Amino acid sequence: MSSKLPFEAVVGIHGATVLRVCVAVVGHAEADDAWSETFLSAMKAYPSLPADANVEAWLVTIAHRRAIDVGRARSRRAVPTDSIVDRAAPPDRCESDADLMAALEALPDKQRQSVAYHYLAGLPYAEVASILGGTTEAARRAAADGIATLRRSGVGAASQTTERSTR
Amino acid sequence: MNTESDLAETLQQALIADPHRLDRLHRRLGAAAETEGLLDVAYRTVDSPVGTLLIAATDTGLVRVAYAKEDHDHVLQTLSDRISPRVLHHPTRLDATARELDEYFTGRRRTFDVTLDWRLVAGFRATVLRHLTDIEYGHTASYATLAELAGHPKAIRAVGTACATNPLPVVVPCHRVVRSDGSMGGYLGGSEAKATLLQLEAA
Repeated sequence: MSSKLPFEAVVGIHGATVLRVCVAVVGHAEADDAWSETFLSAMKAYPSLPADANVEAWLVTIAHRRAIDVGRARSRRAVPTDSIVDRAAPPDRCESDADLMAALEALPDKQRQSVAYHYLAGLPYAEVASILGGTTEAARRAAADGIATLRRSGVGAASQTTERSTR
Repeated sequence: MNTESDLAETLQQALIADPHRLDRLHRRLGAAAETEGLLDVAYRTVDSPVGTLLIAATDTGLVRVAYAKEDHDHVLQTLSDRISPRVLHHPTRLDATARELDEYFTGRRRTFDVTLDWRLVAGFRATVLRHLTDIEYGHTASYATLAELAGHPKAIRAVGTACATNPLPVVVPCHRVVRSDGSMGGYLGGSEAKATLLQLEAA
């Protein structure tokens, strides 16, 4: 039987991955909005999704569009005044995480997105390319360049103290 | 490319959110889906003297009560297939039902007032189940009596089937139907659960 899973199971299986992707692409402060909009749009469209569709790729595609929307809303809000928009990571996060977030944020969009969709969501480069536009080779190169830059900025050399939590 | 996968691993670990963040986002999604009319089936579980019960509601009313014995994952899949795959754990819609069940199990309630959605049953089975509320709290009736009430005195087996496939046990009291010889008969929640409910109502 190839029946579609209840949406609750979709959230359970993919919720954490999509959140990581959102954090990587738009930062901690905007990630909650991006995640919420992603799953709400997904829930709306879910009944018409083919039963054999790749749900993770579908969610990442939606998250990509929502992240662009969230990014646009943010730049509209970011009026040039002397009040600084607080986009710092939550206080309980260790310094290496803040460094990682800063390094990710400094990457060009395509590189950051390629790294997130390939390394965090586990999508093959062909899938990443179809989300970002461009060729598979370009997606592969963007991810490799992104990873190289992250490595140069010391990411990965830091402690691995953050414990892995699963669902 | 071992170092590359190490870095990927570091990214994976560093970007894990605090454990409550996903729960909070899940609640927010449920509330937003409810507001936008996307929540076709909301469910939650409640603890009870007859084990953990899954309760589910559409926007019409309570559509399913399920014993753990029925396998809750399987029940959710069936709701998804038969009603809509937009199924979400969202307790708020079921607050009233949970409260009434708690009152029932603590002996403070004899009838349920929540609105029911009967869409999972049709035909003669539906007729039988709707007559179950004719059997009052603390009383029992035989399968034969229920067949008579439902207008088909000979359809005793069909009454048994209707009770065995009741999508709303406890609330629609199929546990009050017993054998003509006075023995308890079967129950979709198990004979222990049936005995517990009959004892509770006899007290």
